[in-house]
Order: sequence, then C-alpha cells, then structure tokens
Amino acid sequence: MHPAFSVIFFTTATGAGYGLLALTGVFFALGTVPQGRLFGFLALGLALVLITGGLLSSALHLGRPERAPRAFTQWRTSWLSREAVASVATYVPAAVFGIGWVVFASRHGIVASAGLLSALGALITLLTTGMIYASLKPIPEWSSPYTLPGYILFALMTGAVILNALLLLTGAEANPVRFLAPLLILAGWAFKTASWRHNDALKMPADAASATGLSGSVRSVEWPHTQANYLMKEMGYRVARKHAAKLRLFVHLAAFALPFALTLLAALSGGAFALVAACLAALIQAPGILTERWLFFAEARHTVMLYYGR
Amino acid sequence: MTGLPETTEKSLGLVIDLDTCVGCQACVTSCKEWNTGGHMAPLTDYNPYEDGADGVWFNRVHTFEEEPASGCGEGRTVHFPRSCLHCAEPACVTVCPTGASYKRASDGIVLVDEDKCIGCKLCSWACPYGAREMDMDVGVMKKCTLCIDRIYNDNLPERDRVPACVAACPVGARHYGDLGDPQSAVSQLVAERGGVDLMPELGYRPVNKYLPPRERDKAAPPIAAPALEPVAPEGGFLGWLDRVLSR
Repeated sequence: MHPAFSVIFFTTATGAGYGLLALTGVFFALGTVPQGRLFGFLALGLALVLITGGLLSSALHLGRPERAPRAFTQWRTSWLSREAVASVATYVPAAVFGIGWVVFASRHGIVASAGLLSALGALITLLTTGMIYASLKPIPEWSSPYTLPGYILFALMTGAVILNALLLLTGAEANPVRFLAPLLILAGWAFKTASWRHNDALKMPADAASATGLSGSVRSVEWPHTQANYLMKEMGYRVARKHAAKLRLFVHLAAFALPFALTLLAALSGGAFALVAACLAALIQAPGILTERWLFFAEARHTVMLYYGR
Repeated sequence: MTGLPETTEKSLGLVIDLDTCVGCQACVTSCKEWNTGGHMAPLTDYNPYEDGADGVWFNRVHTFEEEPASGCGEGRTVHFPRSCLHCAEPACVTVCPTGASYKRASDGIVLVDEDKCIGCKLCSWACPYGAREMDMDVGVMKKCTLCIDRIYNDNLPERDRVPACVAACPVGARHYGDLGDPQSAVSQLVAERGGVDLMPELGYRPVNKYLPPRERDKAAPPIAAPALEPVAPEGGFLGWLDRVLSR
C-alpha cells in the first residue's frame, strides 16, 4: 500500500497524543502527576497539538477536504466515521479537563472525572483507528489480529515516553511512568517483532486462480495498460526486501532499543542525566515510530495486485 | 446510507465468458466513451499524450496464461475483463464514512454519489477486485455504474438498453441481466456453464459471474471441405486459349 505521509503522520501523531492524554487523565485522577497549572498546560497542550495536528493532516489526505464534516454521518457501519465521531467527542471531556486544570487550577471531582473520560475517549478513538485497518480483508497484513492491539499499544508507549520526559522536564517529585515507559517499550518491541514474524509467514487470502475463476497455475502475461494507474500507485506500492530489512533494523533501534535503554537509565538514575536521557528517548522514538508506520503501509499487500501478477 | 439492503428486488449484473473473450478491448473503449459523458462523468485522463499517461477507467482487460494441473502442453491464453462485480456484501459501501457509496435496494447496483464523496480512498482499499479508481482531478472516487444511464434510458431503442460494454462486445462474451432471478437467461447460462464467483473466499458475494473456458477438444478439427478435383480439359475458345498459352 502507498505510504502517504499525511496518513503516517496522522496515525503516529494522534497515537502519541491520545496515549499522552489517556495516561495524563488517569494519573491526574490518581493524583500521581503534579497538579500544578504548568504541568497541566504542557501535558494537555502537547496532547492537543499532536491530536489536532494529526487530524488536520488526515483531512489533507482527502480529495475534497471541504466536505470532511460529512464523515460524521455513517457511524452505524463505517469505522472511519466512528473514528471521526470519537475523535471529536473526546475533545469535550478533554476541554473540561484542560480548562478545569489549567485555567481554574481546580481539583474538583468533575475535573478528575473529565480526565478519566478523556482517557476513555482516547482509547475508543484509538480502537476505531485500529479497526479501520483491521477490517480490510483484501490486505492480510492489516486484517491480522496484531493490527488493533498494535495501534493501542504503540499509542500508549509513545504517550508514556513523552509523559516521562515532561515529568522530568518540570522537575516533578513523583513519576508514575518512570518504569511504565520502559515496560511499555519492551512490550511494544516484543509485539512488533511478533507481528513482523506473523506477517512474513502470511499468505494472500486469495490467489491468481481464484481471482480470475481459472484453474491450475495462472500467470499474468499482459496488463491492460503500459503505465502505472491509480490501482498500482495506491495498492501496488512495494518496498525492496533489502530496504525493508534495513528500515526494520532502524525501527528496532530507534523506536524500541534506544528509547528502552534511555528510559530505563533515566528511571534508575536521577538529576540532569535522567532528564537528558528521557528527552533523548522521546526525540529518538519519533523517527522510529514514523518509520514503523511507514513500513506498516509499505509492506502491506492488496489482493488487487494478483491481477497484475505482483 | 451505507447500510446494505437486506435484499434487493433485482440483482442486475454481468456474466463474462472467458471462453469466447478475444481481448479486443472494445468493451474497454466503449465503456470509457459512454461513461466519460455519463452518470460519473468525466473519466479524467492525466498526461494522455505524454509519458506517465494515466486515467480513470471502469473496465480493464488483463491477459493470463492458464496451465491446468493436468500438465504440459495444455496451457492457454485467457483474456480477462475486470470491472465492478456489484457484490451482495460490498465492503466498499459499508466502510464509506459519508454515505456517498451505496447499494440500491431496487436493482442491487453499487454507486457513488459524487456530491457526497470526500475522496478518502478507503472504499478502494476495501475492494479486493480493484473496481474503484480515484479521479485525482475531481478529488472523488469513481466506479462502474452498470450504465444506469443506458439500461433505464427511454430515449434509446430497447435493444440498446444494455451496458455499453455488452453492446460493444463483438463476440458475445458479455451478458447482462438479473442474476437474482433463477429463470433469467443469464442465470441459466451460469448454471449451464458452471459460472463462478471471483475470490469467493473473501465473502463479498459478487453478483457478476465468470464462465470458465470450456474443455478443449484434444483432436484436430475435422476438415469440412472436399479435396480439390483436377480441372477438366476445356473446349471452345477458352480451351484453345489454354492450349496456346500452355505451349
């Protein structure tokens, strides 16, 4: 599948934003993150920027962005429509949470409940995003059981790494994600490794014979056109195996190994060293998770290419 | 509404005979010609006269080589027209976030309302058959309409109220009718020839059916014409001329 940057940025940025919002909401309610306005402003502000930036980027991917509001209508059948509804609905508790915390510095139960509701909205939105991809049967790499948990896990992982860095940046006394961040990275690493192993053994859900109604061995000998068309550009994108191997290595390092080592070091040490390590982990993980998502698209195969013998 | 109708009054669709299709592309060009001025118009072309020529087409003919499991020497070339199958379970419709994609309860035709489409491309990802092509100029998705502007067109003579591809086929490899009616000519043709669904394992339940190529005769065809007789010597003027010239 064609790795469009708008969609790669959308899924990674909103993922990190919703992960950050969900964790901040839960830990605020538990009272384990600083309750001061500055921290609220930084954590919720960054989550808002990531989520809104991602949503705007996804709108740019549309052929007719001015009609985007229509996407809220078909939530009965469409996961994309459900995602649109859930993402906008999450702004409501998030706004109450943010205004209550940052503007009024309130520790009222309503603010804490709004934090928990924001976390719930964030998780539901992540679920709908994952389901858009997981429900596409022509693409075996996406309809795999790894897709949905992956979207949620990587969102919480990147959100925790950012939250960890923010907590150290503001000099917070308590840090509820000190060990949670490296733990989530380790879980994400194991999950991604397993999902790549699963995908490498995947067969297409159909073959050229069933795609054409013919029998025996069926080989494409001629295409209907001599130059690439929409189908080949959109569904026929292929990444060379040797490049994929190098990019996977980069993901292993940048998305998982280095952030894991750095967040673990930050958790075990203190002072300026911990601060630098935690910030470095977040900065290194960003290109890592973007590459992970690029591969999620570039390595996905679509059944229509059976008609082109590819 | 992107919910699917539980049943459709008719299931209009095509039956494509892979035994007789000669791959002439007449259905492809007549489809383009009709539809670039029809319901989904225009079918935009980009760089039509330069490198990187591309454009929107609803019907494309591929060519395959089929080698039966029975072994060597049995292989044959099969031309394979590919277009929307107007599935009974079209995921392209249910994934649509705006309601632009819909399946009609009256005749089962799957259509796009171009005025509602936001061009998110998701329906084209959901279609295993590559039936939908995005119009990059207009920014909306386009697809085969089964020529709704022909089949219900009172301004056309009745025999022309068939999809453009069916009207154009010079070898009668394309048949149009109600596949929901077991008594219809197309349904009987499918039953007689063992018509099949494409990618049935994905569960989209396509309406269009494909007729696999027939078993081939192993023996050479019998020669119908008699052997030539020697020419009888002619008399008269022509006989005299022949003798003079043969000297």
